[in-house]
Parts: sequence; structure tokens; C-alpha cells
Amino acid sequence: MPKKDAVIIGLGWTGAILAQQLTAAGLNVVAIERGPWRDTSTDFNIAYVQDELRYGIRKDLFLQPSVEAMTMRNNAGQTALPMRDYGSFLPGNGVGGAGVHWNGTTWRFWESDFQIKSHLTQRYGAAKIKGLQLQDWGPSWSEIEPSFDAFEYLCGVSGKAGNIKGQIQPGGNPFESPRSREYPTPPMQMPYASTLFAEKTKELGFHPFPMPSSNLSQAYVNTLGVRMGQCTFCGFCERFACGNYSKASAQTTILPVLMKKPNFEARTECEVLKVNLTPDGRHARSVTYLDAQGVECEQPGEIVLICAYGLMNVRLMLLSKIGTQYDPATATGTVGRNYCYQTSAGARLMFEGKHFNPFIGAGSMGMTIADFQGDAFDHSKLDFVGGASINCSVTNGRPISNRPTMPGSPRWGKGWKQATVDGYNNSMGFGSQGSSYPVRENYLDLDPTYTDRHGRPLLRITFDFPDNDIAMSNHQSDQLEKMTKPFNAKFAAVSRLKKGWNSVPYQSTHNTGGAIMGNDPKTSAVNKYLQSWDVPNVFVVGASAFAHNAGMNPTGTVGALAFWAGEAITGKYIKSPGALVHA
Amino acid sequence: MTFLISRSGLRLRSLIPFAVVAALSTSAFAANPMAGRYQAVLGDCQGCHGENLAGGRTLETPFGRILAPNITPDKETGIGNYSLQDFALAMRRGVAPGGRRLYPAMPYPYYAHMSDHNISMLWDYLQTVKPVNNKVEVNQLRFPFNIRMLMRGWNKLFFNPAPFADRKKSNEWNRGAYLVNGPAHCGACHSPKNFFGADKGQLTGASLQGWFAPDLTSDNNAGLGSWTADEIVEYLRSGRNAHSIASGPMAEAIENSTSHMQRSDLVAIAAYLKALPPSRGNGGGATGMEAQMKAGALAYDISCAACHGRDGKGSALFPPLAGNASIRQARADTVVRMVLAGGQAAATKYAPTGPGMPSFGWRLSDEKVASILTYIRNNWGNQAPAISPETVKRIRSELHSGS
Repeated sequence: MPKKDAVIIGLGWTGAILAQQLTAAGLNVVAIERGPWRDTSTDFNIAYVQDELRYGIRKDLFLQPSVEAMTMRNNAGQTALPMRDYGSFLPGNGVGGAGVHWNGTTWRFWESDFQIKSHLTQRYGAAKIKGLQLQDWGPSWSEIEPSFDAFEYLCGVSGKAGNIKGQIQPGGNPFESPRSREYPTPPMQMPYASTLFAEKTKELGFHPFPMPSSNLSQAYVNTLGVRMGQCTFCGFCERFACGNYSKASAQTTILPVLMKKPNFEARTECEVLKVNLTPDGRHARSVTYLDAQGVECEQPGEIVLICAYGLMNVRLMLLSKIGTQYDPATATGTVGRNYCYQTSAGARLMFEGKHFNPFIGAGSMGMTIADFQGDAFDHSKLDFVGGASINCSVTNGRPISNRPTMPGSPRWGKGWKQATVDGYNNSMGFGSQGSSYPVRENYLDLDPTYTDRHGRPLLRITFDFPDNDIAMSNHQSDQLEKMTKPFNAKFAAVSRLKKGWNSVPYQSTHNTGGAIMGNDPKTSAVNKYLQSWDVPNVFVVGASAFAHNAGMNPTGTVGALAFWAGEAITGKYIKSPGALVHA
Repeated sequence: MTFLISRSGLRLRSLIPFAVVAALSTSAFAANPMAGRYQAVLGDCQGCHGENLAGGRTLETPFGRILAPNITPDKETGIGNYSLQDFALAMRRGVAPGGRRLYPAMPYPYYAHMSDHNISMLWDYLQTVKPVNNKVEVNQLRFPFNIRMLMRGWNKLFFNPAPFADRKKSNEWNRGAYLVNGPAHCGACHSPKNFFGADKGQLTGASLQGWFAPDLTSDNNAGLGSWTADEIVEYLRSGRNAHSIASGPMAEAIENSTSHMQRSDLVAIAAYLKALPPSRGNGGGATGMEAQMKAGALAYDISCAACHGRDGKGSALFPPLAGNASIRQARADTVVRMVLAGGQAAATKYAPTGPGMPSFGWRLSDEKVASILTYIRNNWGNQAPAISPETVKRIRSELHSGS
């Protein structure tokens, strides 16, 4: 096959952003995508896209384990077993990737996240973070901030700024790092539950503000001239694709422009098997993939961009021998290092005589407080670091999965039916979405036993919630307990996280790390521009680059890193190919 | 016009005294492919002959199927053996080398208005196109329409390449008249056809290929009376304006042709269209259809209002239905088709989104579709005849049979 300037593996959020930037710089780009082509009006048809059984329960849009499964264990003493069904997290599949079925919550990680080790060491001393493998990400805030801005203006994010160039803005998040300007569109209208949450937490002295949302509060024309519609609060965001062009995704923000470009080509239903390196292992020559007919093809390229889901990025690096496998025994090696997740707890409240109308929903329609986020609060007298956003969002009132009943209600029959009728409009919840900090023993590698349909080893996840994160999360549960009090609910319960991560019940698709960015090639797989230290014409883009996970949804930061890497490629790399950082 | 009914192309060629032969054979114009390419844009050659001009696209006509031929300079399967004179004759008289008659699916009655200079520039451009070997079986018409010689009689009756210049009108109007009735061949779709497939009633709207090409006259209800000239320009340039979004064959015409036209040419087209006398309208409103209107209002709120708004005003992304002339056409082909099968809007560099109307055919019965459409055609100031479930049923079955 003729050589391309750039071969992109995966056409989700990061692949689409990079394809757009590289083609704009004049490069010839091909994107190779394992899943099918997907388009709003034909595949996310508004006439059937709200089919909860098909999409919500049977997970029609997601990666199926028959295509690629993973194995999991809680610690190195156990034998990992393959997940026969994706449960705890749900990787995407097809064009648009997980960006098709996300909720749309579009946070920016903070300046203190990018400099986490320096920041915590300076404030509390090195002993405070002993046992945690925290490390700085590389870019400074002033370097990375424009990339957040670019992603937000691509998506049309609806929100209220809390800090513009250092000036605290009323109604926004006072703890966020300075942003260069206001959000592109105003916050969404708020439902009753979130409004109540804001009232009560404000009375407690906290600082509620609207969650930044890529379900748009109004129609928007984005930076590429693509138009998006206003969210209709249909309540089918997470697990579903948006049929209204109102949730930002590659489809609704980039592909209409990208697909028309003569220097761009997308090959769908083509599964990349590996990146081929030159014999010295220092240069990527090509990418081998199986096309839709199962024919093995080789696509040569000057640059290879690994833009799959974060976990798949790590697996592709290991299968292609890009970088060295991380070894928890010695804490050496870089690929697989600092795998993190999300550490959450929730509060559920039941009332009588309320009308919460949860069918008025949207993935990111809600109010948040960040008073217990990151290092917004003093940790000097606490036995942990990290924090959580506490969110009250009303995402849906879907009929199969959303049937809250008062504890003690009958589990079947007439009594249960009545309890679901009573519970539907009388229930609300809020919860903490907490940080996940890296420890030496949580990591990713290739499974020694189980393989995929092509005979390649599966990815193995070794993970449990570290003590630090359990302590952090229980502190958040204490806060949730206090916050439930002023509601005077008939019933209130708060969950508490325990050891023993279970891959079966859904928790979060925010898997991060494994190919982390950093300043030191001994402790990071990619440099601060997401360029492989070992194979400089390979860039690995996605949440795999997160050196830790904050208490926020990752997509805003994933999008920013894609813009950041794209700028580095078009602004620096193509002018002078080679390592952009010399260690 | 004796040359039109001459017995053979050979003879015909020798009879033509007009400038084509003289001027073209000693072409005073240096070859300028870019200028010629603009002629191809004006004529929307790609629309039928395909992006690489190698042909193969099917046109469904009431007389059967006809495929657009290969017009690349390939000697075996394209027009590589044509001379400029051959080309000019095919373009303007519908006669190919050897006297073979073309069908007016090739809009030579429109191209007949093109000047020698323009034909010559277009020819120069086509010489620069990459030759593609692609044999196309053009004539798949039913008997007796597949007999090409019949076209001699047709031409005698209906082919009138007389110029239409009007010195009393502005240069702009004249340029617009030339473009609309000449290379842009708007009437090929938008003018109703008589029994023999010839134009009758200028640009008052016509059914073809399962769509209804709307009325372009200044009629306030069915035509463009409520559009300003600027809005017509915006529509042709970007594929959308405050009233409507193009889809179906018009989306293709905009993407391939009008969005690449010079603004001055779009302004001229708009001036000409705005000056067209109003048609006889769409046949009025749906009186006495209260039950259908009521059922339509409920079904509309459930299935349509989320995007198009309960007020029918649409949004920055989705087209309004209130005041949208394409909703109010006399015939229901387009609106029924859009609801049953969906459609994709034009995507241009000025409006790249190209949003899609999803298909509702599987979910809405013929009765529901008919009531929704009767409702939107007669609400928010719209006025158009009611649509019956039988009409929806017919169009549904046509869509199923792939026509």
C-alpha cells in the first residue's frame, strides 16, 4: 500500500481530533478503525435510539468481549480470569468510540493535577505521598490551557466559568484553574433535584455550580463551522448515542468536515494487529491490520498515532514491543505503569409528595460542588490525599433500570408495582466521584494464558482500590452523610467503598494510565507531548497518558491532550522529525 | 431549423453554417482548463456523469432507465474520439457522432443556449480529465422509447433553442435567465413535463425520481415568493437558509454545482427567479380535515417537535417547517419520502454539517404520516392540500420497490 504521512489507529475522539489537525496541516492521513462506520441520522436514528433494552441493557454500541476481552485480578497473588461480559466499565466500539455513548461531562483537570507530585510535596512534604506513585505530567498549566479551550470550543460546552484569568466568577467553580475565557454556551437549565441540591449545599457553606456539559444548552456553531442542536433533555445519553446532534462527539463536531477532505481516508471494520518496527525497534514502519474480509494488510506510515481506548493503547504497545513492560516487583519499565480507575460513593434520598420528574434528564445536567475535590481542602490533618467532585445530576428516568423503591418494599407483585410508582418521582441522589491515585501494585500487562480470536494475549488488569483512596472515599461518604441531613428526606442512605474491586457491576468507564506521560523516560512511556520515548514516530493519545486519575470525568482532559499532541506534531515534529524531548 | 430534422449527423454537420465550426476549429482561445471547469460547474456535469465523469449513474424516467455515459477522454468507452465539433453538436443539438440521437435526459435543450466560447472552454477542460475505461450501457429504455430515431420527431416538436435575451431587462436578469435556462438546466427537474417528457409550465415544480422538485416561481405559498434574493443566494451557495435545508437531488446539485458558482452568478439566478410570474399555486388548504389535523398535532408533538419545535420554527441546525415552501408543494412526494425514508442535507464548505432527517417509516403508519404531514402543511401559516393515507401507501411501496 502507498505510504501515508500518518496512520491513526482508532477513529474516536482523539483519532478524529488528530486527523483534523494533521489534515489541516496538509498531511495525508488514514484512520484505521476496528468497529463500524456510524452516522447520526442513520445509526443514531431518533425514531429508535431511545431503545433501552437494545442499547442500555444489551449494550449494542459497546465493544463485545468476543472481539476483545480482558482479564482481571485484584492482586498479583491471584490468577486473572477473563471478563465474559463487560460490566464494571464499557469500552466503546466503532467510529466515534466511547465518545458516542458518553454522558457529556467535560471537566478540566486542574493545574495541581498536572504538577501533582510537586504540588503535594511542597504543601505537605514528601512523607505525605509515600507509597503512592504520583508524578508530574509534564506540561505547565499555561502550556496546556489553550488545548482545553480548543476542545471546549469544538464541543460547545455549556457551563459557567469560575475563574477567568485569575478573576473568580460568581456562579462558577471557584476552585478551578484559571481559564482564558467563558464557556462557549451558557449552563443547561437545571432540574428540580439539582436545584434543591444547590440550595442545600449553599446553605452549608459550599460552592455549587453547573456541571460543564457537552449536552448543549443551545444550538451552537463550532470552531469548524459544524452546527449542533439544543439538548432536548430526553434522558438517553450514557450508553446511548445522541440522535439530536446535541451531544458532542466526533460525529457531531468533526466528521462532517473531516470526511470531505481529499487528504483523509477512514477504513472501518479494520482491526489493527500491531505496529511494525524497524529491526532496531526505534522506528515504526507500518501498521498491520485485518480488513473487513479478514485479509491481512500492511499500511506504511511516517507517523503512527495510537488513538484507541486507553486500555487498548497499552495492549497495542505491548503487542508491538513499543517500550518496556512495567514490573511491579521492581517498579521498573514503563508500559502498564500507573493504571488507575475511579473511586466513587453515593447518597440516595427518598421523599413523599415530590415531583422530581427524572424523565427530564441529560447526561451532564446537574450541579456540582468542588469543595472536596483534588487539593481544594486541607489534607494536613487527614490520612489521605486526593478528593472528589460531589455531583447531583439527573441523567435519566429510563423505565428498565431506574425503578427506585423505598427500602422494605415488596420485591414483586402489586406491592412492588405501587412502590415503583411511589418511588419514581420521590427519589433523588447525589454522589462523589473520587480520584484514583497510582500505587506500585496496580498495573497492566499481557495475560499469560488467555488470547483473543487472533491468538494475541489479552490485556490483564491487576487492580484494587489503594488504602489511600478508600480513606479518601470514606471521607467523601462522611460529607455526603452531612449533606443529606438538611433535605429532611423520609429515607437517606450513603454507600461506603470497600476493598476488593469487582469487575461485574457497572462503576465507571474512566480507566486511566498504563502509557503515562511524564518528564522521565524511566517512569513514563511517553513524553509530555505524548510521543513514545522509545519509538519517536509513535504518539499514544488518550486517557492512557494520565499519570493519575482525578475526581473528574476524563474526556475533557483526553480531548485537551489530543489537541496538545496534535499541536506538537504539526508545530514541531513535522518540521524536524525525531524526539521532541531529549531526556 | 431545418438542420434539426436532417437525416444524418454527417449531413447535419455539413449543413451547419454557424460559428461553431469556424470559430471552434480555429479556436482563438488558448486552452484554459480552469475556465472550462467552471463551465462544468455551471452545467453540473458531475451530477449525472459522476465525480470522475466516467458515467454509470442511473436516471429513472417514465420511459424507463437511462444511464449517464462516460464523458472522459477514454478512446474506447468515453468521448476520446470526439472532435470539438462532435462535442458541440452533442451538447447543443443532441446528436452524437454518426448521427446517433441523444435523449433529453442529457439536457441538450438547455445546453443549446451555451455560446461557442463556453462550449470550447468546457471541451478544453474535458481534455484534461483523466481518461477512465468504463463501458456504460446507456440506453435501457423500454420499447419503443429505446429507438433513438424517435428523438428526431421529439426534437421537431419540442426542441426550441431560440435565445431568450430581453434587452429591456437588466444584465443581471439576462445572465440569470441564461444560467437557469441554459447550463444550469434548472427546468430539467423543476419544470413539469408533458406526455412526451418535454417541459411545460416554466419552473412550477415537477415530480421525478421519487422527489418533487419544488415550484421556483414567485408564488407566495408554493414558490419562492417569501424568500429574498439574498436568501436564494444563501441557499444555493451553502445548502441552507432561514427557510429550508436542501436534501435529495437538490443537495447534490448544490454540492456539485451551485456552491461552486461565483456569487455574481448566484445573484443573477436569484434575480431571475424572483422575477418569474407566480404559478397557479399548490391547490389550497385542507379544509374539512379537522380529525386528521388533530391526530397530526399529537403525532407531531411526539415524533417531530423535539427537533423542529412545537412552533415549527426549527433551530440553527434543523429546518423550520413553518414557512418552508418545500413542505407546501402541490405534490407530496418529497415530504412523504422524507418522513418514511429520511434524507441527508447538503454539506458545503459554507455549511458543512449536513444533518440528516432520520427514517420514521418503520414506526409510523400510513395514517399517522398522512396526518402529521397534513398538519404541518396547514399549521403555522402553511397552506397546502391534505395528504391521504393512500398517497403515503403508494409512495411507501415505490420506495420499497427501489424507485
